[in-house]
Amino acid sequence: MSFVENFPCFSIVLCMAAGILSTPMKARQAKRMTMGVVALVTILSLATLLHVLSTGQSFVYTMGRYPAPWGNEIRAGVLEALLATVFSLVMLCSLAGGMDHVFRDIAENRINLYFILVDLLLSSLLAIIYTNDLFTAYVFVEINTIAACGMIMIRRSGRSLIAATRYMVMSLIGSGLFLIGLAMLYDVTGHLLMENAHEAMIRLALAGEYHTPLLVIISFITVGLAIKSGLYPFHSWMPDAYGYSTISSSSILSSLVSKSYIVLLIKIFYRVIGFDNIISSKIVNILFVFGLIGMVMGSVSAIMAKDIYRMIAYSSIAQIGYVYMGIGLGTEAGMVAAIFHILTHAITKSLLFLSAKGLNDVSGRKKVFRALQGAAFRNPLSGAAFLVGSLSMVGIPMLAGFISKFLFATAAMGAAPGKVLITLVVLAVSTILNAIYFLHTVIRIYTPTGEPTGARAHISAGAAVSLFCLILLNFAMGLLSQPITDLIQAGIETFG
Amino acid sequence: MSRVRDDYEKSLWNRLTRWVNGESDPFQGKMEMEPLRETEVTGDSVYNPDLLDRKKVEQYVEDTQKNKEMRAFRILYSMSSVALCLLLIAVLLLAVSWLPVLGDPNGPNNNEVSKRYIEKGMEESGAVNMVTNMILSYRGFDTFGETCVLFIAATCVIVLLRKSEEEIENAKEQDWAYEPKADAILQKVTLILVPIIFLYGFYIILNGHLSPGGGFSGGATIGAGLILYVTTFGFHKTQRFFDEKTYEIVKVGALTLYSITMIYYFYTGANLIESMIPLGTPGDILSSGMILPINIFVGLEVACTMYAFFALFRRGGM
Repeated sequence: MSFVENFPCFSIVLCMAAGILSTPMKARQAKRMTMGVVALVTILSLATLLHVLSTGQSFVYTMGRYPAPWGNEIRAGVLEALLATVFSLVMLCSLAGGMDHVFRDIAENRINLYFILVDLLLSSLLAIIYTNDLFTAYVFVEINTIAACGMIMIRRSGRSLIAATRYMVMSLIGSGLFLIGLAMLYDVTGHLLMENAHEAMIRLALAGEYHTPLLVIISFITVGLAIKSGLYPFHSWMPDAYGYSTISSSSILSSLVSKSYIVLLIKIFYRVIGFDNIISSKIVNILFVFGLIGMVMGSVSAIMAKDIYRMIAYSSIAQIGYVYMGIGLGTEAGMVAAIFHILTHAITKSLLFLSAKGLNDVSGRKKVFRALQGAAFRNPLSGAAFLVGSLSMVGIPMLAGFISKFLFATAAMGAAPGKVLITLVVLAVSTILNAIYFLHTVIRIYTPTGEPTGARAHISAGAAVSLFCLILLNFAMGLLSQPITDLIQAGIETFG
Repeated sequence: MSRVRDDYEKSLWNRLTRWVNGESDPFQGKMEMEPLRETEVTGDSVYNPDLLDRKKVEQYVEDTQKNKEMRAFRILYSMSSVALCLLLIAVLLLAVSWLPVLGDPNGPNNNEVSKRYIEKGMEESGAVNMVTNMILSYRGFDTFGETCVLFIAATCVIVLLRKSEEEIENAKEQDWAYEPKADAILQKVTLILVPIIFLYGFYIILNGHLSPGGGFSGGATIGAGLILYVTTFGFHKTQRFFDEKTYEIVKVGALTLYSITMIYYFYTGANLIESMIPLGTPGDILSSGMILPINIFVGLEVACTMYAFFALFRRGGM
């Protein structure tokens, strides 16, 4: 076994240990250690990705002395390594970009606690991506939920406490449904390891046994994870949670936390229940319908939003709708498009949140659009970053968002005949709505106020580097889309 | 040349042309106008949709409690939530009735997984207690994750409730009202009980690999003992042996050692390196390899977390 195959396990345990060691530390020390660990995890994930690409196959890593199905196991393939790399990179950028706000928004004696939450959140994200065992997935979903909740409420203003409570209630309902689904799945298959559960599942489906429980299991797991990721009718916690927490939290929550549940859902679809069983259970059609509604309703709410953070948060609802629409198409092309959009949205949404904060800072921190007028002249880098992010979300060629919309449209052509037309129409409508609210804001920030702009705003080195890095990533994903799509495709093929 | 009407000044066409050309405003002088403006709000107390909804309702409704439509809405709302819950319960009961019978020897749960835990567990992991074998050795990663759930839950409670020293000092007067008076009976009983509770907790932890018990249950027992002590004698006396500093040292120490043990276990296990930890003779107190130390670490962490929850809810600090 090559030494690189230890890296996924090392990165998970490293994050947990960093969280534990942050407890007695001072704020600055904890910050330094967390940034170091996140950077190290990015490098380790990249090394894993390169290793998996060079060997051309996935590997399983026994967590301990006993092979599965008795012990725990993690598995790393192309897709897992790619997701882990992008997620940890986005985490690094979000933290670096919002660091001065972390120190400003959070009370001095609680900053090290913030880094504990960040470390454990990253460990849970990695574990959810790499896990090969259903119960391990549940344990880390728990850590993920509690950490996310803490990251919202750590600002301790009234609104963020309400937002955290809402988030917790919705998220725990989702966890509960997911757990009930898992318990019943274990009852009928007798396994928690994904491969063995999958074998048992195929056996049951062929024999036609336990038809009703299987249907209930599929729907409970799907609905539970859909609630946690904020699919349309369950989105009400999102605008508050993203709008009122400190900016790193908003960026991490919107681009990573809600995505990790979708990744888990896709993993369960392919590796446990089997995609054929999922399609024959018709649950994808339900996801499809709610995805479509979310795409339109999220954009409409974003148009009506009164401040820029809520606008970006509502836009997230629409983007989650896109991802579920892609899953709901029920084809492999749709799944590739959905996973590509997960990556696109992760890098673009964090870019938008960070640049919106930069623009807001130079506009007197008022939460109305009018105050933002001419902000791009006062803070050129944030303005450019917001421009790139908006254009990418709208779907302008050369940027990542264009490729995901293109993939969705091509995938729609290959879907079931009833879904083709409606997908294309809703995609078009949603794109126009996206353009309305994003370009409206872009025009607003590039409209001169007529007053002299005065000295340009000071922007910290970390924020500048992270904005620059995210802009580059956006262009890279837009221009080098073919290799990335190939990677995703290869990853999905080794999944099943 | 056409003739201009006499009353052209007052004709509809003339007024329309002037309005189109922007020369007159039809509402001028007839209606009081207010310039358009955005609401100007700063800080966190901005745009609150709930409040806006409530204000809108209050425009039309005088008494929200007795209004007919609102009462109908409230009844409909609670009825539909009850109906939803009943539906969920019905679906679950239906699904459960289709599940395999519990304890069926031929059921899908009685497969090679549980067979190996039962038959080979003692030989492979060295603990007599099968459950401990399973959670700490076979599925050690899950349990490590579960311990981290407790750790992060305690962190979140600290985020929410911890007060600074001055705040605690300021709240002291109010706090003393809740502090127990010197109650002789309670104090005597506590003095007798607390050592026994501690001892029993340690026994559950240290004997976890031999008899039912282990880190989680033993830690909860010790935590209960600490809570009993602090309710009887107050925080001042408890701080002589257990204050925030001790709490941090114990907790961070236990968890750090736990993660070192786990990474050693994962690394040696996955790379097929012989583990340095001897298994010993099953049944001895010093046996079962890493299970005994892990039980101790988990026990310390759980005891600290239990006490921390109580202390933070009680006064916002330890």
